[in-house]
Amino acid sequence: MSTQVFYFVATLSIIFSLLVIFAKNPIHSVLYLILTFFTFTVHYVLLNAQFLAVVNFIVYMGAIMVLFLFVLMLLNLNKETEPSKSPLIKIVGVIAGGCLVVTLIGSLKSASITSPLILKNPGLGLVENLGKELFGPFLLPFELSSLLLLAAMVGAVLLSKRDEVEA
Amino acid sequence: MDSGFVIEKFILVAVIFGISLVIAMYSTYAERKVAAYLQDRLGPDRAGPFGILQPLADGLKMFMKEEIIPTSSNRFLFIAGPGLALLCACIGTAVIPWGSPVLIAGKTIPLQVSDINVGVLYIFGVVSLGVYGVMIGGWASNNKYSLLSAIRAASQNISYEIAMGLSIIALLLMTNTLSLKEIVDQQHGWRWNVLYQPLGFLIFMVCSFAETNRAPFDLPECETELIGGYHTEYSSMKLGFYLFAEYINMFVSSAVMAALYWGGYNYPGMDSMAVWLGPTWAPLFGTAVFFGKICAFIFFFMWVRWTIPRFRYDQLMNLGWKGLIPLAIANIIITGVVIAIIEKF
Repeated sequence: MSTQVFYFVATLSIIFSLLVIFAKNPIHSVLYLILTFFTFTVHYVLLNAQFLAVVNFIVYMGAIMVLFLFVLMLLNLNKETEPSKSPLIKIVGVIAGGCLVVTLIGSLKSASITSPLILKNPGLGLVENLGKELFGPFLLPFELSSLLLLAAMVGAVLLSKRDEVEA
Repeated sequence: MDSGFVIEKFILVAVIFGISLVIAMYSTYAERKVAAYLQDRLGPDRAGPFGILQPLADGLKMFMKEEIIPTSSNRFLFIAGPGLALLCACIGTAVIPWGSPVLIAGKTIPLQVSDINVGVLYIFGVVSLGVYGVMIGGWASNNKYSLLSAIRAASQNISYEIAMGLSIIALLLMTNTLSLKEIVDQQHGWRWNVLYQPLGFLIFMVCSFAETNRAPFDLPECETELIGGYHTEYSSMKLGFYLFAEYINMFVSSAVMAALYWGGYNYPGMDSMAVWLGPTWAPLFGTAVFFGKICAFIFFFMWVRWTIPRFRYDQLMNLGWKGLIPLAIANIIITGVVIAIIEKF
């Protein structure tokens, strides 16, 4: 049952992420990206990682994508404002994309189908266990990453304030 | 999964859905009556006795109006916007515990659709998703005023979600659980969380007003600046969906406030009532108490709407970022320190 659900949702994830790239309108791209994140949430639920699922739901779908949509609506992009692409940029893009494809093929060639991973503790993704892990063995990395985020936030505020100081 | 379980849940979902729609319907009537009372008028009194058939007449009018889709709009998203708004408003009711388990025909039935162990976060997710209906609808209308309103709605929701999340952390420090059912059960009798977290409740309530786009935070539909706001281009039942979604949101956030802070279905003297009424009627009485609290909150929403004028945009942002967020962080620190002291001694 859950294997079939997985294949169904995985197909949807791939379709939606392709649509993100192929959509002509940037707003449509963002909306497809939201759907892609929603399918990721379903994947997390299937893995019994309820906390990650709901955090993915709140942070990515509910906050970050709202910001993306917000910025795109403010910019109001359309055909006229799209910068013209010179042939040089197109060639560089093709080479960069080709490198990525080669890397992907190289890594996929050495991969083989392994037996499915069975968790020793199926409740690992629940809030209680995750919290104990994060605030126990992983306390230092957890706090350090929060410091990094804080530094990034203060930096962003400072950048937006700089004009005011100079003026 | 046995079929009895599925049927039981299906009936429960249908009943809750019906109740939330009826309450939302009669909220529109109550809003006019409350407005009329506050402004010393009569309010609607033509359709039926005291005008109680007014919501039906309104609904019929909405259905009969001409459906207009602007030619330069994005057709699919234009229709999806109101649908999404109503969907997000309705799915929040899934995790709210409406009452303690009831004994019906020798079977104990829990009055909650799903007791997931991250219930509080689920509510948050649904709330943060709610803004998409407004944003997509406003953008797809291809109207400058609608777009401005959509942007306002987005920035307002993002700003107040942070304060809302922070205010609830202090509550979670006390309750040690994310399950709404357990949070409500901990408030047995008189131990309502609002007595321990008055500041947290105040912040949470202000944020719920902002999240539901209710006055004094109804800037996205500020008619003097934006014609009608995000639903300027909407007509017929699609406009009705937007208006209806606001009332359902109001109902759901009232229910969440009552459950998190005001004891849910708990009331003083519930133990002696449980003995007196028996295992079938006592939980149902608790549910009635819960709905009483919800109605009180809905009345409060309306009372505020007709009392306080709308905020200016900079006032809104100042209150959110410079007022509520620091207050919420202070509340977390105070709660944490007090809990640490209590555990020490």
